[in-house]
Amino acid sequence: MKPMRSLALSAAVALAVAGGAQAQDLTKVGFVYVGPIGDFGWTYEHNEGRLAIEAEFGDAVATSFVESVSEGPDAERVISHLAATGHDLIFTTSFGFMNPTVKVARRFPNVKFEHATGYRRAPNVSTYSARFYEGRHVIGLIAGKMTQSNVIGYIASFPIPEVVRGINAAFLAARSINPDVQFKIVWVSTWFDPGKEADAARALIDQGADILMQHTDSPAAMRIAEAEGILAFGQASDMAEFGPNAQLTSIIDNWSPYYIERTRAVMDGTWTSEDTWDGIADGMVVIAPYSDKIPGDVKELAETARLAIAAGELHPFTGPINKQDGSLWLAEGEIATDEALVGLNFYVEGIDGVLPE
Amino acid sequence: MIRLEARPNPSRAMVYGSPVIALALTLLAGLGLFGFMGRDPLEAMAIIFIEPLTTVFSVSELLVKATPLILIGLGLSVGFRAGIYNIGAEGQYAVGALAGGCVALAFYNVQGIWLLPLAAVAGITGGMAWAAIPAFLRTRFGANEILVSLMLTYVAVLWLSALVHGPLRDPDGFNFPESRLFHDSATLPILIEGTRTHIGFAVALGLVMLVWLMLGRHIAGFKVQVFGLAPRAARFAGFSERRMIWFCLLFSGAFAGLAGMFEATGPVGQLVPSLAVGYGFTGIIVAFLGRLSPVGVVLAGLVMALTYVGGEAAQIRLSLPSAVTGVFQGLLLFFLLGVDVLVTYRVVRIRRG
Repeated sequence: MKPMRSLALSAAVALAVAGGAQAQDLTKVGFVYVGPIGDFGWTYEHNEGRLAIEAEFGDAVATSFVESVSEGPDAERVISHLAATGHDLIFTTSFGFMNPTVKVARRFPNVKFEHATGYRRAPNVSTYSARFYEGRHVIGLIAGKMTQSNVIGYIASFPIPEVVRGINAAFLAARSINPDVQFKIVWVSTWFDPGKEADAARALIDQGADILMQHTDSPAAMRIAEAEGILAFGQASDMAEFGPNAQLTSIIDNWSPYYIERTRAVMDGTWTSEDTWDGIADGMVVIAPYSDKIPGDVKELAETARLAIAAGELHPFTGPINKQDGSLWLAEGEIATDEALVGLNFYVEGIDGVLPE
Repeated sequence: MIRLEARPNPSRAMVYGSPVIALALTLLAGLGLFGFMGRDPLEAMAIIFIEPLTTVFSVSELLVKATPLILIGLGLSVGFRAGIYNIGAEGQYAVGALAGGCVALAFYNVQGIWLLPLAAVAGITGGMAWAAIPAFLRTRFGANEILVSLMLTYVAVLWLSALVHGPLRDPDGFNFPESRLFHDSATLPILIEGTRTHIGFAVALGLVMLVWLMLGRHIAGFKVQVFGLAPRAARFAGFSERRMIWFCLLFSGAFAGLAGMFEATGPVGQLVPSLAVGYGFTGIIVAFLGRLSPVGVVLAGLVMALTYVGGEAAQIRLSLPSAVTGVFQGLLLFFLLGVDVLVTYRVVRIRRG
């Protein structure tokens, strides 16, 4: 018992000393990730943002992270752990961390929190997300032009508004230039499960899909597309490495500018609770380099749309758009409000299948 | 050539000593592993295994994490003693959480001291109902309870997910898959102010006492022991195997269901799709690591909880990957099984003639 106790004591002393030495002007930034940093998708990009903070501020910041945190009973503990160990700014990077983040924020009023993709804010809790659907519009156009079989396979995670928005945006864009295009959608009920994602990709190919889109986080589908000799779009990260022939382009989540800006705000003492929803215009949504497989005119079509979205001249949800049941959603020329998009829970007209409830 | 030979009388002291030896070997292996990785092994081990015991925050979180593990391990240990293997505690936990959460949501606008007991009864009933399926299939058709209970886990978790995506979804929640936050009177009281340690831990300790009494002093406990040690003798004594199967599965289902209800109304405070994070499976390790004894289960639950909390500290402080937790749990189980083999068998060298 004795050596144990003295070890504990010396550890505690060492901690106290270390804590005291770095307490002065070091800004500590913590991250909570839902997946492993090696997912090459969602979490990978958030971690790139963390590394960008380190590159920008050097010795003035220290960052830490906890990966693969489930969105259940453990989340609050991990967030508290970061708050209790002197972190000034904590990014919780998945929807399921919303309530734990708000709860912990109440107990640590001096710590700033940033929650990705949620809607609940507090004086020390900001929310942020990206308009991924703008990227979906661009890839929808490319897919509509390039499909031979007129079947696009779509691997979807959960039927939450963000995912439904992506499906609708891609479908509307594809239909706008190809009236025969069909979407086959498989719900895998996971954000990250390479096995399930690969199975879904195979099932979609069996059903005639010659282009795959995904709203899950691993490059498994891209690998299958490469192996089967079909085309695919990457998600969250540039997945060209996993499908050098298959990837047409990818919708990249670029969190770095936002993370740097918010860290600077904490350092300057100008941080306030905000709700940020940036898209292509602000560089939060980035279209990866186009594959050489895309013909020049298609590339031009995509690029024109991308620039128009960036300039605010084009909104992917501009009427006339009907709901799946044929009822009117947006009248001619009407643009969907952010409120409507935030709660979007129906397919648009033309998509087959039932949205899981 | 070497051969394993059953020891005629395995040492009783060693049966209880083997988890301690396994823990010591795990710590030694951890030191070696960190040294091999080029880290300061003592610092790393201190951060993972000692530092979490030194602050109020981490001790309180240890108790939070250990509560469902102790409850589930306790319920399972009784069945395992009788040789009835409920591997589906994870599913019973999910159904218990769902049933308890439904009560909390049904009386969303109602305050009352009766609400939590009612939710607890619902959780227990839910867990028992889910465990009744393998019990029925085993006693009626002879279906293997290990397989049936395991498969039902996936069904239960999908049910939870489906209901939270659908009817139980927060009406003001923008269609995100989670229920409303429970009301205060449907949320477990906190034991230590400013922490998340809830009354469920105290309840778990009380149940540990009861199970200990049952196993040592009550006829039900005696029957369980006899069934496990000598099934034939139990049958000669006229103990019903059917009733034993029903008893063990319902008993462990009740504990898992209660654990689920505690997690939903305690640390989480709402129903979310990922409530089931493996407690039911870790509970199996806890039961065996605790030698299927009530007090042992408490210690084992705390040790397993420590690997989670310490593993996170290692990520935050040392930038180690999250795999640390899994590596230590794996090492612990490996050494436990290894030491157990040597406790019940001895190694004999055979010379070829």
